[in-house]
Amino acid sequence: MAGIEVTALHKRYPDGTVAVDHVDLSIGDGELFVMLGPSGCGKTTTLRAIAGLARQTTGDIRIGDTLVNDLPPAERDIAMVFQFYALYPHLRTRDNLAFPLRAEGLPKAEVRERVEEAARLMRLGPLLDRRPRRLSGGEQQRVALARALVRRPRAFLMDEPLTNLDAELRADMRTEIKHLQGELGTTMVYVTHDQVEAMSLGHRIAILNKGRVEQIGTPLEVYDRPATLFCAAFIGSPPMNLIEVEVADGKLRGKGGLVLTPPPGLPRDRDLVAGVRPEALEVTEPGAERSVPARVASVEWLGDEIIYVVDHGGERDVRVRMPPTGRFAADAPVGLRHTGGTPAVYDVKTEELVA
Amino acid sequence: MGVSVNEAVSTDPVRDHPPPARRRGGRGRSALEVALLTVLAIVMLFPVLWMIETSIKENRDVYAIPAKFFNFQFTMDHFKDVFVGAGGGRSALSVSFLNSVVVAGVSTVLATVLGVPAAWAYSRFAVKAKKDQLFFILSTRFMPPVVVVIPIFLMYRQVGLIDTELGLILIYAAFNLPFTIWMMKGFVDEVPAEYEDAAMLDGYTRLQAFRRFTLPLLVPGIAATAVFALIFSWNEFVFAIFLTSSDDVRTAPPAIAGLIGGTTVDWGLVAASSVVFALPVLVFAYLVRKHLVAGVTLGAVRR
Repeated sequence: MAGIEVTALHKRYPDGTVAVDHVDLSIGDGELFVMLGPSGCGKTTTLRAIAGLARQTTGDIRIGDTLVNDLPPAERDIAMVFQFYALYPHLRTRDNLAFPLRAEGLPKAEVRERVEEAARLMRLGPLLDRRPRRLSGGEQQRVALARALVRRPRAFLMDEPLTNLDAELRADMRTEIKHLQGELGTTMVYVTHDQVEAMSLGHRIAILNKGRVEQIGTPLEVYDRPATLFCAAFIGSPPMNLIEVEVADGKLRGKGGLVLTPPPGLPRDRDLVAGVRPEALEVTEPGAERSVPARVASVEWLGDEIIYVVDHGGERDVRVRMPPTGRFAADAPVGLRHTGGTPAVYDVKTEELVA
Repeated sequence: MGVSVNEAVSTDPVRDHPPPARRRGGRGRSALEVALLTVLAIVMLFPVLWMIETSIKENRDVYAIPAKFFNFQFTMDHFKDVFVGAGGGRSALSVSFLNSVVVAGVSTVLATVLGVPAAWAYSRFAVKAKKDQLFFILSTRFMPPVVVVIPIFLMYRQVGLIDTELGLILIYAAFNLPFTIWMMKGFVDEVPAEYEDAAMLDGYTRLQAFRRFTLPLLVPGIAATAVFALIFSWNEFVFAIFLTSSDDVRTAPPAIAGLIGGTTVDWGLVAASSVVFALPVLVFAYLVRKHLVAGVTLGAVRR
């Protein structure tokens, strides 16, 4: 087991595309670290560079104390799970599992023992004599995980391993991976574009955009205080409402009349945007205390909650998350009220969190 | 119609029920279809049938008027003439058939051996101006052989490749290579790159990973591509007739064409050599037909 240090990683392809601009990561020993971002943000390239499948243009990668820049993938002592599972199609499950061990040249008895252990851990018993073609997607992914396990690597690299599974199975496998990682205590780097996966799995999350790290933090930190406007707009479903505000009389005032408590240490003379989570707002009867007049533009009933899209005369409509009890119809005149604490405030120009 | 619970929740793959036969026109329609198809088949296949028939007729039946369809004298002499020369020994035709086998075979192997790794590289790696390179490669096929044969002839004369088998092999390989690269790239794109990634993590080099995991999955594609390349080289006429002249080097197409002309034409011999010429490709295509169909459709369907 080992931590992973990525320093000033930069990857430019021969055709001129810059996949990774500048990435620094410090992944702790035994940590489940998630890299999250939209497609093309450089998360997979970063992972492939750690694996040794893509050579970075500049920058250093250390696994444990070893500088691995020039080591081929096999000598980095890592295992990787792919989106398309990449089980060898001509081999039965048993041989797929044994394959990396045989490639290492382990004695037969130990190979058998380790394969059985991994099969037990991933409950593959009945599948051992089947070929990948005869396995379902979920089974294939369990085999792929087991194949990563048998090597007892210093770190696991997961490249969107659940993307090809259907929703129900995905949730199950998510739990399984988290449980497994906790049990083995092996460092895991997990790449995904699915924020739910990232939030539920990660000890820490790195949000990447355009080849740069926008924020690194625990799921809660990332949710509560997105470091940049990009993160604010990326995390959460629906994401934060971004409301342009001005500081006046010691309050933050939005164009639509919303009044928010300013965080301490706000800089002066800058254009500011407040990020307000949908659950930090409330739709009320019109004219309720501290509310501004507004109109329901549309309603999304989600069963366990209702998302109101509300027009309160600001630059853009805001989204409000409400319990499914109080019901307001579309087009109804309502009040809009801020109920959360101090919001995150961003500088419009630098797009970064200022307070 | 009831569906049992077992059927409804069965985890077995759904067995494909054959689609209901088209019944709209009833029996009359299907009879009409058969009749039309028969006529079409006869029209299409008549030249082939006539060629086969001519090749096994006595010469006087070949020239008989009205033509004899069924009651002709059977003979294998024409086929004997294809392989055995007038004074015994090997005929010039049999030499040209052998040349065809060598030229088509070697050029196909060459195009495949060069084209498959190239296709793999274009599929897997980020190459500078990849699209432009691929377009350039394809563009070499834009011009038909007749257009380029004169410059090729002049170049070949300079380097002494005129009237050599090597010359034909090289030009056929060069002509097949763009096609091989393009067709194989489609097949390589279909094989997930993750197999190679996984193999590399398991301790193989990139080339070993390609050879051990990707290559076996490409076999149907390679077979399909090779058949097309082989058919081109086997049938090629223009280069062959311009670039070769002696009987020792000439391939079958110009040799067979050479039989026609002069004062009399031995049609029986022409037909027999045409049959011999057509057979290998038919047999080969039949042998690899499974790969051929799988290959062609695989390459055509994008993920």
